[in-house]
Amino acid sequence: MKVGSIDEFKQGCKHAVPVCLGYLAVSFAFGIEASKIGMTTFQAAMTSLLNVTSAGQFSALEVIARNGSFVELAVLQFIINLRYMLMSTALSQKLKPEVSVGHRLAISYGVTDEIFALSFFRKGELYPLYSYGLIVTSVLGWVTGTILGSVAGQLLPERLISCLGLAIYGMFIAIIIPDTRKSRALLTVVVSAMLLSTIFTYAPVLKLISGGFRIIIVTVVVAALAALICPRQDEEGSDE
Amino acid sequence: MNKIYLYIILMAVVTYLIRALPLTLIRKNIKSRFIRSFLFYVPYATLAAMTFPAILSATDYLASSLAGFAVALILAFNKRSLLTVAGCACAAAFVVEIFLRMA
Repeated sequence: MKVGSIDEFKQGCKHAVPVCLGYLAVSFAFGIEASKIGMTTFQAAMTSLLNVTSAGQFSALEVIARNGSFVELAVLQFIINLRYMLMSTALSQKLKPEVSVGHRLAISYGVTDEIFALSFFRKGELYPLYSYGLIVTSVLGWVTGTILGSVAGQLLPERLISCLGLAIYGMFIAIIIPDTRKSRALLTVVVSAMLLSTIFTYAPVLKLISGGFRIIIVTVVVAALAALICPRQDEEGSDE
Repeated sequence: MNKIYLYIILMAVVTYLIRALPLTLIRKNIKSRFIRSFLFYVPYATLAAMTFPAILSATDYLASSLAGFAVALILAFNKRSLLTVAGCACAAAFVVEIFLRMA
């Protein structure tokens, strides 16, 4: 029973349907972008299957497109996906101590913003089979969308693809903006990051820094300052 | 083209380690308030920096990008779903581009 019943798996699948649909749309955009920089459909699908991280994958495309260094790619992925560490840490508390390392390693594969949210706020005990249901359903949407997008990217007219390029940014905005209404600190973080990123993009000398490192520098500076000036209260940490 | 596979595998390994290490090794709460706060702010700062000013050149025209950006901001501020925000931003840009191409 430590693993959970087959009903747990079914429930996980059911709860992840909205995530699956959302992932279809976002990974569709990823597939298009990937085909734009010359990735084959197989390579794009493999990227999605092995990574399952929207911001990470989109940012990686930029590095791959200009033949960037492996170190840069590794550091970029580390910084952008650092938040998963916090989520994995939180999940490690939610799982019962007797859940084996094997199951923990398998659950780790699917720690994304959305799957984390569903797992963490699961009422009662979190069983590995419930997590697997979430993961299988979500990743199915993620990989299918990537394949469709990659194929469409090679078929759709340029003017339509031009507009679909906005989808990923629309998603980012949909993730970060609602929370800025609740917290002055978050609003300041978002606005400062956008301003700093703009300065780094257009200012002389600074604009020579590559896109990947620009995002890393802006993120570390803004998040560290925010953590110093406006540290979170402990009770706030649980409501993400 | 084999380099692409190296890129893919490298990022997969880095991303997986980030997820797997805490889940298997850490079983106590992180005590440092600074690190907890830092990790909390990271996704917001990253996504904001990735979105702007890159969104301005997301489409073929500045005007259509701005239209999509504005629509996304308004809808997101009113807490619309992820799908609605992304879809409407694309649609707004598409409509603006239709007019631009007619002009």
